[in-house]
Amino acid sequence: MEVTSITNGIIIDHVPAGTALTVLQYLHIDPATAKLALIMNADSNRYGCKDIIKIEDEQDVDLDVLGFVARQATVDIVRGGRIVAKHQPNLPDHLVNVITCVNPRCVTTTEPGISQRFHLAHSERHEYRCDYCDEEAKL
Amino acid sequence: MKVATLTQAKGEPLSEQQQHERFSEPVENGTSPAASTDQSLSGRSVVTLDDLTTAQIQDLLLKASYIDTHRKEVAHTCDGRILATLFYEPSTRTRLSFETAMLRLGGNVIGFAGAQLSSVSKGESIGDTLKTVSNYVDAVAIRHPKEGAALVASQAASVPVINAGDGGHMHPTQTLADLATLKSRFGRITDLTVGLCGDLTFGRTVHSLIETLCRFGNVHFVLVSPDELKTPQYVLDRIDETPSCSYEEVKDLVSVIADLDVLYMTRVQKERFFNEDDYLRLRDTYILDAEKLKLSKPSMAVLHPLPRVNEIAVDVDADPRAAYFEQVRNGMLMRMALESTLVGDTLPGYEDWSNKEVAA
Repeated sequence: MEVTSITNGIIIDHVPAGTALTVLQYLHIDPATAKLALIMNADSNRYGCKDIIKIEDEQDVDLDVLGFVARQATVDIVRGGRIVAKHQPNLPDHLVNVITCVNPRCVTTTEPGISQRFHLAHSERHEYRCDYCDEEAKL
Repeated sequence: MKVATLTQAKGEPLSEQQQHERFSEPVENGTSPAASTDQSLSGRSVVTLDDLTTAQIQDLLLKASYIDTHRKEVAHTCDGRILATLFYEPSTRTRLSFETAMLRLGGNVIGFAGAQLSSVSKGESIGDTLKTVSNYVDAVAIRHPKEGAALVASQAASVPVINAGDGGHMHPTQTLADLATLKSRFGRITDLTVGLCGDLTFGRTVHSLIETLCRFGNVHFVLVSPDELKTPQYVLDRIDETPSCSYEEVKDLVSVIADLDVLYMTRVQKERFFNEDDYLRLRDTYILDAEKLKLSKPSMAVLHPLPRVNEIAVDVDADPRAAYFEQVRNGMLMRMALESTLVGDTLPGYEDWSNKEVAA
């Protein structure tokens, strides 16, 4: 399977198979307007199956958010058709306004003007909990 | 962390510490000199017990003991102070305890009990209420049905905020009352076999007590509950992460009661259930009566956060093992210790007394 390479932009590789659209959503990249290529359920030596996202003209991606939604992903920075840098996202200690607390009893459901804040509660389990009510985060 | 930032700042440390005061680990203080604890807690809020170091908790326990035996000496500690009790949901016992604590220290109290009596009925946010009330008072005790409300309040207020219960989430002063009761009964809060019985899923007091006892270590927990109301995994993880603590989960209270130093009974709370059928089915699962109590050690202490429904029979009240009304008194003493500390008022005579106690 071949997809034309990008000249200047970002390649997000090793995205868990089938989750590329979700990843784009959390990165606030609109597939209706962005110049991008999605390769889904491609073969992967490392994981068996993976998604790849190639975005032309994109200079930036939030590694904290990517670390949360696709921990195993890698980010290649492409300039002039060549990969000039590679980044591996880490699990961020805090997430602010990335996800919403699902607990109906949480104060964030009623209090106006406060951020949706989560903290990394258990790094091995990739477990995040709401700063306010300690409910576990759900994607 | 944005990729652009990362690329530009290559070689620079990648620390982007989103400062979040609540989660910054309090500095543990190995000693417990009264003055240093007073200084470090003065002006601070207590939303969860994680806001206090173990040394600070020990010092508050010592203060409660001092207050109990020096009522006259401390009666004017908080002269001129005002505490606001903002109770967005009814809780007569807790509100009266907070208010009595301030009154017994010489301070005064304002507040409301019930959201219908406050500006929240006009749509005011917690943040705005706290920003307003901060101008009137020296400290706030807040109870709110929403989980996390006390954290929101503490972030908005310019005076210390004490969490008096935020939904099913945290109720730190109840745990302080529990610890004070263990301390008064056993002279220690470690090296105990602690049984917790009833609703271990929704019982916030149980989770908080387990997590706090784990910070001090050397406790074996016996978790007695039906399958539907078992202890959540994250609480079990907390025990597992503490090498000196252990636990066992059982369904039958009678089979383990003889091993216990402490039996912490809980109420199956109707307000925590969405489904009334589940509540009615589980309500009567465990009832402690005089017959079951006969199987326990003479020194065992029976605790309960109150109010009880029917999980402890009235005939247990007269037994010396019943410690749940002592808990209420200890709760008030701990709130006196906490309120005076947070507003920065020193208990007259305490420093000398505590130095002698520590030396002894």
